[in-house]
Amino acid sequence: MKWGVVVFPGSNCDQDCVYVLKNIFHQDVETQWHEERTLGKVDAVILPGGFSYGDYLRSGAMAAVSPIMQDVIRFAKCGGLVVGICNGFQILTECELLPGVLLRNASLKFRCEDVSLALSTSREPWQKRFSGKKTVSYPIAHMDGNYFIDNEGLKELQDQDQILFRYVQNPNGSIDRIAGICNAKGNVIGLMPHPERACERILGGEDGKLFFESLL
Amino acid sequence: MIAKVYITLKNGVLDPQGQAVQKSLHLMGFQGLSSVRLGKYIEVCFEDSISKEKAKEELKSMCEKLLANTVIEDYRIELP
Repeated sequence: MKWGVVVFPGSNCDQDCVYVLKNIFHQDVETQWHEERTLGKVDAVILPGGFSYGDYLRSGAMAAVSPIMQDVIRFAKCGGLVVGICNGFQILTECELLPGVLLRNASLKFRCEDVSLALSTSREPWQKRFSGKKTVSYPIAHMDGNYFIDNEGLKELQDQDQILFRYVQNPNGSIDRIAGICNAKGNVIGLMPHPERACERILGGEDGKLFFESLL
Repeated sequence: MIAKVYITLKNGVLDPQGQAVQKSLHLMGFQGLSSVRLGKYIEVCFEDSISKEKAKEELKSMCEKLLANTVIEDYRIELP
């Protein structure tokens, strides 16, 4: 597969994603600067973590209207795989490819720690990939990870099996302990935890590999 | 012409920052507060050539597209 990793001013997990895809999964990867207008020929796009535009106005708000996002939105609407991690998740909600919004953590504290997550969807290939694990451990590092959606929207997520991951213990106040979701079609994915930081034993664990294996 | 844009959280959206400020105000001895909610105030300066009508239209579009997240926020525009 050919992957595009979009780099915004303030992104800081782009190279982690490139490293994991290239060195661990032997994928074809290129980075794309946010000012470009087209993604080029890619099979999947990652919006990485970081603090695009310094989190000014709202986390992800300005990145969501940067030039390349028009093409990311077109790509997603054509069924292309788009994955937003942390700040990338915030960008996906801001550009309305995913429903809801990520508010300031209920504790008002930046949370930087490993968390346990449970796979919540029965969608494939997620079920199959995660079948051997009751929970996985991924790091989080965010200030605005408190997922919020109105009751109607929450019911829709639940009814359509769009909640991919839930926190075992809620670190940020997210409604229904939501850590990651997908759109109804399943081709747009957003999550606050960082699977790309958990793909090698030397970094504390390899659970993140299950996430990427579910996308390949 | 300077336009004023007020962005406020919708009712029902939890505002932990507002709650923290309220708690501090309470600890300082201010009594009788039922809630404190934080918002944003934005000034947008238009060139003289832009009419008030046009500015109003543009501001609405700015709020819908970027300045506010209408999932959780309301906005109010004031023109002189």
